[in-house]
Amino acid sequence: MTPHAVSWAWVVLALPLAGTVGIALGWRTLGGRLAGWIGSGTIGLSFLAGLAMYTTLEEVPPPGRHLVGSAWEYVGTSGVHVDLAVLVDPLSTFMVLVVTSVSFLIHVYSVAYLDSDRGYARFFSYLNFFVFSMLLLVLAANFVVLIVGWAFVGAASYLLISFWYRRDTATRAGIKAFVINVIGDVGLVVAAFLILSQLGSLDYAAAFAAVKSVPRDDGVLIAACLLLLVGAFAKSGQLPLHTWLPDAMEGPTPVSALIHAATMVTAGVYLIARCYPLFEHAPTAAAIGAIVGTLTLLFAATVALVVTDLKRIIAYSTISQIGYMVLGVSAFAYSAGLFHLMTHAFFKALLFMGAGSVVSALGMTNESIDRMSGFRKAMPFTFATFTIGAAALAGFPLLSGFFSKDEVLSYTLHRGGLYTLLAVLGYAAALLTAFYAFRMVFRVFFGEPVEGASSLERGDLYHAEPRNPLTGEEEDTDVGFPGPEHHIAERAFSMKAPMAILALLAVVGGLMAVPGLTAEVEHFLEPSFAASEHLHEKPPVSEQLTGLAIGGVLALLGIGAAYLVYLRRPSLARSARERLSLVHRFLVNKWYFDELYDRAFVRPGRALGRFGRATVERVLVQGALVGGATGVVRAGTAFARAIQTGYLRAYALLLLAGVCALALYFLIASR
Amino acid sequence: MLSEQILFFVAAAGALAGAVGVVALRNPFFSVLALVGHLLALAVLFLLLRAEFVAAAQVVVYAGAVMVLYVFVVTYVGGSEEPLGPSLGAIRAVGPLFAVALLAEIAIATVATGLKAVGSRGSEVAAGFGSPQAIGALLMEKFLIAFEAASFLLLLAAVAAVVLAGRRRGLEEAGGERVLQLGRRPETGPQATDRSAGEQGGYGGRAIDKPASAARGGQST
Amino acid sequence: MTWFVVLSAFIFCIGAAGVLTRRNPLVILLCLELMLNAGNLALLAFARGHGDGAGQVFALVVMVIAACEVVIGLGLIVAMYRHKLPIDADEMSELRG
Repeated sequence: MTPHAVSWAWVVLALPLAGTVGIALGWRTLGGRLAGWIGSGTIGLSFLAGLAMYTTLEEVPPPGRHLVGSAWEYVGTSGVHVDLAVLVDPLSTFMVLVVTSVSFLIHVYSVAYLDSDRGYARFFSYLNFFVFSMLLLVLAANFVVLIVGWAFVGAASYLLISFWYRRDTATRAGIKAFVINVIGDVGLVVAAFLILSQLGSLDYAAAFAAVKSVPRDDGVLIAACLLLLVGAFAKSGQLPLHTWLPDAMEGPTPVSALIHAATMVTAGVYLIARCYPLFEHAPTAAAIGAIVGTLTLLFAATVALVVTDLKRIIAYSTISQIGYMVLGVSAFAYSAGLFHLMTHAFFKALLFMGAGSVVSALGMTNESIDRMSGFRKAMPFTFATFTIGAAALAGFPLLSGFFSKDEVLSYTLHRGGLYTLLAVLGYAAALLTAFYAFRMVFRVFFGEPVEGASSLERGDLYHAEPRNPLTGEEEDTDVGFPGPEHHIAERAFSMKAPMAILALLAVVGGLMAVPGLTAEVEHFLEPSFAASEHLHEKPPVSEQLTGLAIGGVLALLGIGAAYLVYLRRPSLARSARERLSLVHRFLVNKWYFDELYDRAFVRPGRALGRFGRATVERVLVQGALVGGATGVVRAGTAFARAIQTGYLRAYALLLLAGVCALALYFLIASR
Repeated sequence: MLSEQILFFVAAAGALAGAVGVVALRNPFFSVLALVGHLLALAVLFLLLRAEFVAAAQVVVYAGAVMVLYVFVVTYVGGSEEPLGPSLGAIRAVGPLFAVALLAEIAIATVATGLKAVGSRGSEVAAGFGSPQAIGALLMEKFLIAFEAASFLLLLAAVAAVVLAGRRRGLEEAGGERVLQLGRRPETGPQATDRSAGEQGGYGGRAIDKPASAARGGQST
Repeated sequence: MTWFVVLSAFIFCIGAAGVLTRRNPLVILLCLELMLNAGNLALLAFARGHGDGAGQVFALVVMVIAACEVVIGLGLIVAMYRHKLPIDADEMSELRG
């Protein structure tokens, strides 16, 4: 009999899929906001099914909390055996709960946010498809299903980034994201090949059980783990495959909140945590993961200091925070990394919602913070929630980010050796995080109100000129958003409610893992990581408390510095920028990663393409292959036509000649 | 035994003479008569091979019914002499050559074969061999499907013959144009088709461009 | 037994030569009959040689098929005559490629 938890897992998967298909087929008949409410409803029900999955899983005794349910067999040959199977264990349940809850809130937010968009039903169909893909990814019980989900979320991400397809920058950003994601997909697929050849199975359970038979730090195993990391880094926007994530902000803000902050980009973290037996058996690969994570979190934090586009600041902060998670899971502190994943999903989605609320009040989709200020009075609710999100991000004491980030860092510190250095760098970046988080708050909400803010304060609706902030071109408002009729600002209840709930979660979420008092997440996840060698290597409570104190002090320092620079003495920012102009330019250009890739890959690729078109395609393919083939066919048909004389007796003659030849052949052959 | 051999040679000579007559005689009517003689001689040979039922069928069905059909058609169509017109001399010359070559090959195969049955007097056979009972039993037991298929084929052929040869009302007038087309001289026909192919731009190379330009026009709206 | 087979080969080749040399479709059909009968003769000879009745059944089936062929062929000739076409195999070259 199928365990109840597995049945619930199928329900969790089926609901978003039904929503996708239903909305896609019925988009013509679903008037008004119906498509949005249907989309939200399926995800809400999916969340409830996830809760049921959670409670039924809790009834199973902890050692048996690894339930696999198979729908049918995909492939069954000698050596390869793949089922369409789901795996229900604490880790996947945890991910399902995070994904469905945040998705549900963001769906509800989008119901009002995209109200005037002409692609309303299309948007919700895509969004439901994304949730389905993400759930497939986290529920997969083997690498094949994982890869399917992995590719699906990439496709959903592409569709949603390019959602406003009339906008050149959006379609280009979508292509960029897709290409880089495919690089990751290739890494993942090759990793699966290596795992199959080395461990003999694509099932998680069987592959992980077989890992002990391979020598520790085996070369092929390290290669497999590194390729897994390539997949994880491409999806999670880690160095050096991060460049697509800031550009992905071209998509609608709820998309940024859902896919490019809360769920999809954390898939890499999930992957590393899921494959922990491999990484623990190949510590070299794990160390590389930790180093890259640290470099990423540091790099992204410095860039976030100088970027001016509001959504891109948050995007770089996402990259940085995922760097923390990767550091955590690569340092074998799984529950810490995943706990940070959860709290980050809450406060980052909240930040994006607040940003969306502000930019939509300006009639924009993206906007530079240079053109914003003084929104505090115009949008008090957004101000309050955004500040809570920023404080949680900064690690303000007693908020969720405070506990989760410091748990990651204190675990890393406790690991010793190389990890001490990484943890110190992490603390340095935490200071920067606090600074740039409150740079956003002070620049956007304080100071002299801009025209949009003051008109909102008067109760008017501000209408900005529709133009693309990147290129300055006039926008085609006919496509829907951004259009002149879009104004919702923060007044719609369906936007306010999710923001309030997320703000609450961002505040109290950290209480699930207060050192020495609670360890809910850790206890819940423990059965998933039962085989880990590092399960009980925990820093003592006193060390954790010290770490918390350091983190709190750093956060307060960062916030204080931001206050000093941006509110008390704005001239300081300008003079710093002038004095350190070289550094500033380096950071504004994002460490020249885009330029490097342009030189290293894009231009040679374009040259290669030109060569291919001019030489290979025109001369070889059209001239020789196609031309040659048609020439052969022409000659052949000419011959066939010559034979077809139409004279009955000629045919008879040919027949007789054939019979003669055949008889001759048999005569000769029978000798 | 001797009588059998004499009978064989007489019948064989008759069959060969009939066959040559079929091919050589100019008048189709005499060709048909030669074939009747050939078939009767063959029937004798069949009897020598202990194939009583087949021999009977040969005489009754073939020499009787089928040949009557031939005679009918020849008299209906008119047993004209070999028609004049452009002749395919090459085939006329090469055809018999191939026929002789095939004959030589078969003769070599037959004489030099390793098959035991050929060259012997044949195996001893039971008393009822080739009798109608034996053939009937074989047809109904071993070769039932072939038997049914053959009967179905006959039915089809009968229907087809009615359709082909039957006079169709109203088609005679409309068919007038067809007659001209079908009767076109061999030299002019192929050239005309060649030219029409050339006008269409060979193998439709031009035709590909048209939808493409139409699609481009559609996109720009 | 060899004689029978050689005789059948002779008849077959005479028929084939006739198919190739004659232009009257009626005579071509007659020559086809010759070839079929040559085949029948060989079949019966082998049936006798092996003492197996199957060859005779084959010969019967060949006769049935010959009858079908005759019916269709004569039907075609009648149709040609009806449409006032020349009764000449070489004039019918519409199928030229």
